[in-house]
Amino acid sequence: MTITNQSAPVSQGQPPADFSGTASPTTRWLGVAALIGVAVLLVFAFVLSEPDQRLDPDTNIVIGQFDAVRLLYVHVPVAILPYLAFSITALGGVMVLLKGSASATWWDITAAAAAEVGVLFAGLTLITGMIWGRPIWNTWWEWGDVRLMTSLMLFLVYLGYLAYRRAMPVAETRARRSAVVGIVGMINIPIVNRSVEWWENRTLHQKSTLTEMKIEDLTLLSLIIGFVVFGLIFVWLMVHRFRIGWLEHQAETVGLDAAIMQRRAQAMTGTGVDESVDHPGLTKGGDQ
Amino acid sequence: MHEIAAIVRKDVRIELRSRVVITQVLPFAMIVLILFGLALDADRSTLRSFTPGLFWVTVLFASILAIQRSVSVETAASAFEALRLSGAAGWKVFVGKAVAVAAQLIAIETAMLGGVIVFYRSSVDEVVLLVTSALAATLAIAAAGSLYGVLAVGSGVRDTILPMLLLPILAPVLVAATRAFGDAMGATAVNGWSWCALLACFALLYGLVGGIAYGVVLEDA
Repeated sequence: MTITNQSAPVSQGQPPADFSGTASPTTRWLGVAALIGVAVLLVFAFVLSEPDQRLDPDTNIVIGQFDAVRLLYVHVPVAILPYLAFSITALGGVMVLLKGSASATWWDITAAAAAEVGVLFAGLTLITGMIWGRPIWNTWWEWGDVRLMTSLMLFLVYLGYLAYRRAMPVAETRARRSAVVGIVGMINIPIVNRSVEWWENRTLHQKSTLTEMKIEDLTLLSLIIGFVVFGLIFVWLMVHRFRIGWLEHQAETVGLDAAIMQRRAQAMTGTGVDESVDHPGLTKGGDQ
Repeated sequence: MHEIAAIVRKDVRIELRSRVVITQVLPFAMIVLILFGLALDADRSTLRSFTPGLFWVTVLFASILAIQRSVSVETAASAFEALRLSGAAGWKVFVGKAVAVAAQLIAIETAMLGGVIVFYRSSVDEVVLLVTSALAATLAIAAAGSLYGVLAVGSGVRDTILPMLLLPILAPVLVAATRAFGDAMGATAVNGWSWCALLACFALLYGLVGGIAYGVVLEDA
């Protein structure tokens, strides 16, 4: 981890001289592996795997998802990751409320990072789902589909969580209160699921395709590669977002300490306050 | 128990003296019902079949205002500090605030029911189902709203963040209450009692979550 330590000088809003970004050798290799994985996935999705088409023996008509099936190598892995991300957010919230102040900060930053990456993946799930649904279901949007509605609600609830975090200026209060918002959002999901299931009692989503091994070997392999690749991207994004969050926390803490020391020095020497000096910790959160 | 009753009495007394909910929130709800009628081209059969949904969407909008009012009476003159200093447990404050909000919402819903019967020509087939589901949905809205209302305090953007946090959470209540009312008003052929049970589960869940979390949130309010 190459994040600068807390004692490094932070002044005038400029990064310290030894600051080298949020990457480490491990995350660089992780990023390279994810990029190679994307290339491999593209080859499998567009070149090696076949379009989904078969002859219906009853009607003698060619049926299937045709080329639209290739989008599932992205959509299915992406759709599962928000559940993982928001579970981490809820877990982080529980730990913030249980743990002491030192590890509470770590868990709070982890929860926030997971929520942000989760909202990104939930948004991608909705977009890829709609693009896939248009040719297959003949509609961009299907009201009453349990998984679609649950994904939408997850997206909206945690979008609210992120907006809430931005609106809370004091770090300690923000951590405790957004922990409650994160936990309650997750608790709500089974109710959303149940209500939408009863609401229309139908789903256009296909069931158990993967678990019952109904799909071709190469299609299954492409899907597994999709899971691995998007899993790597998820971890890579999580680590970097966490490190940015940690640096923001450091800037808040160090900036505040620097401002207090400057005020003390001014009080000792009897000089006035220099308003032109930038105090990162004092300006943080004041943009609401 | 008397602490909960004292908080309920306090909020109801403030409302009876200020009449903000009755003179501002209730007219707002009626205006929304009338606007729905205008937007749907005053087609009576459409209005009648959509009555349950329009009714509960309006209740959700009105509840945002009622909850904001419930919070603002505590933030004015640092009354939250007085609540903390009173020594009442967090869950008791939560129950008191939620019951007071629920009482105000029930008054609004009663007037709105008259509104949809007059303006939309709707009728009530099953009074017991309608009243039970309205009570369960109102308690659910009041419980979730009271928790999120106090969460929004201190954010600096309290009025805009509350709907963003609360409305997605209340989406299942909207679905369930609409279905239960649909059955009670003869607009939808569903089992309204199962929806009513879901509403009761939601009210219970948010009652429990709010009771546990309110104390944590109240410390920072």
